[in-house]
Amino acid sequence: MNKKSKNFLKGIKDTSPLMIPVIPFGIIFGVLAIDIGLSPLTTIAMSVIIFGGASQIIFLQLFSAGASSLVILSSVGAVNSRHLLYGTVLSEHLSDLSLTWKIIVSYFLVDQAFAVSNDYFKNNKKDKYKYLHLLGGGLNCWTIWQVTTIIGIYLGSIIPEKLGLSFAIPLTFLALLVNDFRKLINVIIILISGSIATLGYQIIPFKAYVIVAATVSLFVAYVITKIVNKYYE
Amino acid sequence: MSNFALIIYCGLITFLTRFSMIAILKREMFNDRIREVLSFVPSAIFPAIIFPAIFLDSYGSIQLENNPKILATIIAVCIGLFSKNILATILSGLATYWFLIFF
Repeated sequence: MNKKSKNFLKGIKDTSPLMIPVIPFGIIFGVLAIDIGLSPLTTIAMSVIIFGGASQIIFLQLFSAGASSLVILSSVGAVNSRHLLYGTVLSEHLSDLSLTWKIIVSYFLVDQAFAVSNDYFKNNKKDKYKYLHLLGGGLNCWTIWQVTTIIGIYLGSIIPEKLGLSFAIPLTFLALLVNDFRKLINVIIILISGSIATLGYQIIPFKAYVIVAATVSLFVAYVITKIVNKYYE
Repeated sequence: MSNFALIIYCGLITFLTRFSMIAILKREMFNDRIREVLSFVPSAIFPAIIFPAIFLDSYGSIQLENNPKILATIIAVCIGLFSKNILATILSGLATYWFLIFF
């Protein structure tokens, strides 16, 4: 097998365990959208055009509460602003790509694909086809997201809410972080970010608590590593 | 604004959050110090998604008592540290949660 398809398939394989919680999440989205009165076509269009789970759910919440277009748009932007950091982290590895490829891989830059490709890129710096790992992972997420949206639209009501499947979402992100629990600085950052987000959830407007928590804790990481580096000089 | 126009605007802003940094930043702009700080990005973002989902109830209030998600998360973290396996982490958390709410 050549390097190109190997990277692509590796991306699919690496994201696959992360897809289990995406299945109920996509179904929940489809059910909610129909529930608040969107048409099946509009619902599918949302999953294709926005392609961002958390922001789509927030869209529905605000939409059903009668929020204005501007509030919905800025909330979606705030929730998705975390991608700015993903892009920043990965840009180093994607900087030689053509504009077309940059546009394509950007569309597929979702949380799960970022998490696995970030590791893969670090370990395969010299491979000029490594971006295909991100494409494979992203396309895997995309396919599952579209299929489960459609399942939610047509069959959603048969899944009992009592199962609490939405709890699978934080578990996915937890699983992605588990190696960082071994490092003291990371644990500090994790606790700071989590506390700000939890306490700020009600207070910070436009659902911007994710990016606020991330920015503050990244600044703390900057300060701590600076002190640690100085100490070891 | 029609629903469809709003969705397109939301899609556009989402795409821009993904594309802008990849389009603007060049490899030469990076150094080891920047890389070091950026290596904390997952630790800075993911907890902001995890913690509210565990500690807040559906109304957005902090819920520490009678919250099976907390114990399920602790078990998942232990299994994750021990097994280093993503799937085992997710499934052990879900299994604990179901055990706590159904028995």
